[in-house]
Amino acid sequence: MKETPLSNCERRFLLRAIEEKKRLDGRQTYDYRNIRISFGTDYGCCIVELGKTRVLGQVSCELVSPKLNRATEGILFFNLELSQMAAPAFEPGRQSDLLVKLNRLMERCLRNSKCIDTESLCVVAGEKVWQIRVDLHLLNHDGNIIDAASIAAIVALCHFRRPDVSVQGDEVTLYTPEERDPVPLSIHHMPICVSFAFFQQGTYLLVDPNEREERVMDGLLVIAMNKHREICTIQSSGGIMLLKDQVLRCSKIAGVKVAEITELILKALENDQKVRKEGGKFGFAESIANQRITAFKMEKAPIDTSDVEEKAEEIIAEAEPPSEVVSTPVLWTPGTAQIGEGVENSWGDLEDSEKEDDEGGGDQAIILDGIKMDTGVEVSDIGSQGGPKHWKNGADAPIILSDSEEEEMIILEPDKNPKKIRTQTTSAKQEKAPSKKPVKRRKKKRAAN
Amino acid sequence: MEEETHTDAKIRAENGTGSSPRGPGCSLRHFACEQNLLSRPDGSASFLQGDTSVLAGVYGPAEVKVSKEIFNKATLEVILRPKIGLPGVAEKSRERLIRNTCEAVVLGTLHPRTSITVVLQVVSDAGSLLACCLNAACMALVDAGVPMRALFCGVACALDSDGTLVLDPTSKQEKARAVLTFALDSVERKLLMSSTKGLYSDTELQQCLAAAQAASQHVFRFYRESLQRRYSKS
Repeated sequence: MKETPLSNCERRFLLRAIEEKKRLDGRQTYDYRNIRISFGTDYGCCIVELGKTRVLGQVSCELVSPKLNRATEGILFFNLELSQMAAPAFEPGRQSDLLVKLNRLMERCLRNSKCIDTESLCVVAGEKVWQIRVDLHLLNHDGNIIDAASIAAIVALCHFRRPDVSVQGDEVTLYTPEERDPVPLSIHHMPICVSFAFFQQGTYLLVDPNEREERVMDGLLVIAMNKHREICTIQSSGGIMLLKDQVLRCSKIAGVKVAEITELILKALENDQKVRKEGGKFGFAESIANQRITAFKMEKAPIDTSDVEEKAEEIIAEAEPPSEVVSTPVLWTPGTAQIGEGVENSWGDLEDSEKEDDEGGGDQAIILDGIKMDTGVEVSDIGSQGGPKHWKNGADAPIILSDSEEEEMIILEPDKNPKKIRTQTTSAKQEKAPSKKPVKRRKKKRAAN
Repeated sequence: MEEETHTDAKIRAENGTGSSPRGPGCSLRHFACEQNLLSRPDGSASFLQGDTSVLAGVYGPAEVKVSKEIFNKATLEVILRPKIGLPGVAEKSRERLIRNTCEAVVLGTLHPRTSITVVLQVVSDAGSLLACCLNAACMALVDAGVPMRALFCGVACALDSDGTLVLDPTSKQEKARAVLTFALDSVERKLLMSSTKGLYSDTELQQCLAAAQAASQHVFRFYRESLQRRYSKS
């Protein structure tokens, strides 16, 4: 769907309000929206809500071979997806610019800053390392995706536990979560992105812009910092000219904000760990607020299935016996069989799929006639079902499946030299069930439509 | 909306205590549903069955691309995104099943040449995923106000090697001989869609279907009470 354009009066209203130091939701210039972090039942799963912007993060791991030039380091992989439910404008083909920008920023923030110790992810040098994959899904877009995504990523990484591995000489043992408790990743520091939106050529700035403010901003400055006041990444986009002291001021503000957010994250992680240890209930079900009128819960409900058997017997007794199976397979050559008639696909949306059910050309029938079928299966069975195809030679005509204009159809057999085959006969070796499936190769020429 | 309502959310099933004679596992897990939790989609719902959780967002009726336009009814699209990795063939297959179910109940002829998009995001998968997706999709369509001829629900059941039937199986219980998922409609508990995996006899199929119909009573009661709560203050 196309993005609804922002009306001029709304744009003017927002800019005038910003000039008067007012924001639509009542925040101050440097205020963040409420951040809410909730965890799922499996390790490494979290949902972060920054105001109304919602991001789901999940970390997973896998044992793979390492990269050739980094044989002793694990692999980190980040993937941020803008789900189509986040905004009507996010369609698969349409969001590439924004997506690339966000993904690149995430990578710079988390991978280049070396916040995860990749050396500790090595199991057997040069052979097996852990690949840590972080999947982030944007669920609702209300501005400032990058901040929410970076918080979700770092929270998920801190929450994640990977399976324990022990190496004894040549033997590597991978323990399941039941055998040994999974171990956390080794994280040096927590980089968090803070976004600053600039208006009127850099005169006014706002921290944590929401969706409307992002639409009218001139440029965006993103600073990724950790609580030790180390800048991990800094990016300015939109082509605004910033003065040096503006950038320094922003970095000071970012330092303060990152400290607050880091504290919030640590508290949330601690709470979750406490609940898990004490055996209390955890997971998304617990984070649904009970008082909300839009939320509803129901406890475990037993179902009475005592009359299930009687009902089933009744239905079966009244039902008709199943009809005979209609389509029989036709064996063209050993290992090449046809069941059914090949109708149009009903999957619906595949615009690139080749349509194979146009009328067949005459040459197709001639070639197939040349194949001697020595199988004893009646071809006329198939013919009598009346496919949507044309026949040229009466009841014995084969079903034509494509409009290929190729003169020659080669059917490769497992034990024959493909080059010798032209119009194929099967009188020589006939096997019931060839060990390898021969490949029917047809070069398709699409009719120029 | 934060409200101070204290409606008792605990429902006791019709037959109270005691497991059914069929097997020890015939009960539905703890359900929870929250509607209207996302601000951008027209309708959204998060449905939780035990530890399985699916978030659904609905946009519609909205503008449709000319290539996908149908002259006399709405074009329904379903998109299912897994949590880890890129969507593959399994997701496409589930999307199709859910789309067929939705097309059977949504009154598309009231909104011709528009599109209704249902986007599903798997938040956690602990068994009965397709059933949970169906339930989330239904609640999201209701939240969006899309006209439907009936509500629908998804119920999954698993058949053990010794013939024991388990409703709403967890991931461990899904490693059974057969897993059957049914979509049932709310008016007459008729079957809208069935998706099965594994080996079972036709008697067992009918038994599972009857058990699913019994379970769907509870799911529809859950829908009704959840909506009653939502509209209790107008």
